[in-house]
Amino acid sequence: MDRPFGLLAELTYACPLHCPYCSNPLNLADYGEELTTAEWLRVLAEAKELGVLQVHLSGGEPLQRRDLVEIVRGAGELGLYTNLITSAIGFSPRRAEQLRAAGLDHVQISVQAAESALSDRIAGLPSFERKVAAARLTKKLGWPLTLNVVLHRGNIDGIARILDLAEELAADRIELANTQYYGWALRNRGALLPSRAQLERAETAVRTARERLKERMEIIYVIPDYYSRYPKPCMDGWGRRQLTVVPNGDVLPCPTAHTLPLPRAGVREHSLAWIWERSPLFRRFRGTDWMPDPCRGCDRRELDFGGCRCQAFQLTGDAGRTDPVCHLSPDHGVVIEAVRAANGTSSAGRPEAVFVPRPHPRRSAG
Amino acid sequence: MPAPTAGTVDDVDRPRLAPYVRLTFDPARDGYVLLAPESVSVLNGTGATILELCDGRRTVAEIVAELCARYDGVDGAEVRRFLTRLVAQRTVVVDPGVAGGAGHG
Ligand SMILES: C[S@@+](CC[C@H](N)C(=O)[O-])C[C@H]1O[C@@H](n2cnc3c(N)ncnc32)[C@H](O)[C@@H]1O
Ligand code: SF4
Ligand code: SF4
Repeated sequence: MDRPFGLLAELTYACPLHCPYCSNPLNLADYGEELTTAEWLRVLAEAKELGVLQVHLSGGEPLQRRDLVEIVRGAGELGLYTNLITSAIGFSPRRAEQLRAAGLDHVQISVQAAESALSDRIAGLPSFERKVAAARLTKKLGWPLTLNVVLHRGNIDGIARILDLAEELAADRIELANTQYYGWALRNRGALLPSRAQLERAETAVRTARERLKERMEIIYVIPDYYSRYPKPCMDGWGRRQLTVVPNGDVLPCPTAHTLPLPRAGVREHSLAWIWERSPLFRRFRGTDWMPDPCRGCDRRELDFGGCRCQAFQLTGDAGRTDPVCHLSPDHGVVIEAVRAANGTSSAGRPEAVFVPRPHPRRSAG
Repeated sequence: MPAPTAGTVDDVDRPRLAPYVRLTFDPARDGYVLLAPESVSVLNGTGATILELCDGRRTVAEIVAELCARYDGVDGAEVRRFLTRLVAQRTVVVDPGVAGGAGHG
């Protein structure tokens, strides 16, 4: 059996921002009973034992956890590589210095756009200036800086300015990832999916910037899978390289797998090793035996693993079908329809400005 | 000071791990691994030895010489290909060699 390399630790779903593309679950209130510090430290130790080498601390907003420094220190003492994925809200100079001293390896800061007005409008909170300050602080304290930008219809035309901002902030890497349609993003898909013309312009801007910045900045650009012929190799295979632990201790093969009608598995009831190796949840789509046609006989089945189970479920109602993004899928029509709506001249089916902002969850522990 | 460059490695280059990359032993896999923000590479014994020699002071030529002194049958071209791959992946950076061999540090 493969051993996992990475653990995505979603410490809390509390978050001060309201990004309409947020991939967090819709039923945020179900995750209020958060794992305690001691429980997280046990999860990290079990993860290390299982073979995990990297921990991505995310959420929600991980800085909302008062014990973040302790969790980082614990992970560092286990020899795990720690990566903080943050909106930067709560990244004060004092907190940043504590995280640095605790051994945090890497910081990824998300920005919504290159202009404060647009960035703040998307985030639903004045936050752009704090993000810029946090990015400078990250560099000043000697961390490498990665910027994350989720691209969509409302900000993708500003991609060249986003790249300029990254250059000005001396980012070492920038991840320009088109929205993946889960959680709040799926709810808001009509307003978020860009048109083909927008994507072509964006790709040109990325190419130009790569040419100009090639020695200084790594530029990662992820196209929206709705526009590609083949699906993404979701999580590099179900239960193969990654696992996610969500705020209440449920363990998932990918951060959105809670949407699937599968039995849950949690660290409060079972060891991480049992969950990874034996739980029905992790065994359900492992390998290729579960595959239906056309994946079953397809040459690419070990390359893309039939795509994303959550996307198959959301778009067809059956998690065991071929990802409809694949042009070979019998359900591909639903994706074609969404792409057609995004490229139509009328705004029918594309409720331009009516985002449903992600709300604040209520929480108990912390 | 010239900026570190990407591209193929030359004999006069001085490779070192990128600042945010860590070389470490993984007891679960009983081998060395290279940890970067979004990637993990599992190394074989030779790979780990080469990277331990990438200290930003030794040149590629010196690293190959050092390996030849320690082991039989070292293929210099193979070592350069390995480092070139890691440079492309940005886990290793090179400070370009200065003509005439005047290094820094
Ligand atoms: C869910 S957030 C949690 C961390 C933090 N609140 C933040 O936004 O940076 C984790 C990462 O996923 C990105 N993200 C959120 N929703 C996404 C979506 N629908 N598709 C792709 N990336 C998304 C965010 O930009 C961030 O880099
Ligand atoms: S609302 Fe935005 S900042 Fe908050 S968790 Fe979601 S993506 Fe991150
Ligand atoms: S048929 Fe299945 S395995 Fe083949 S490319 Fe499509 S999703 Fe991938």
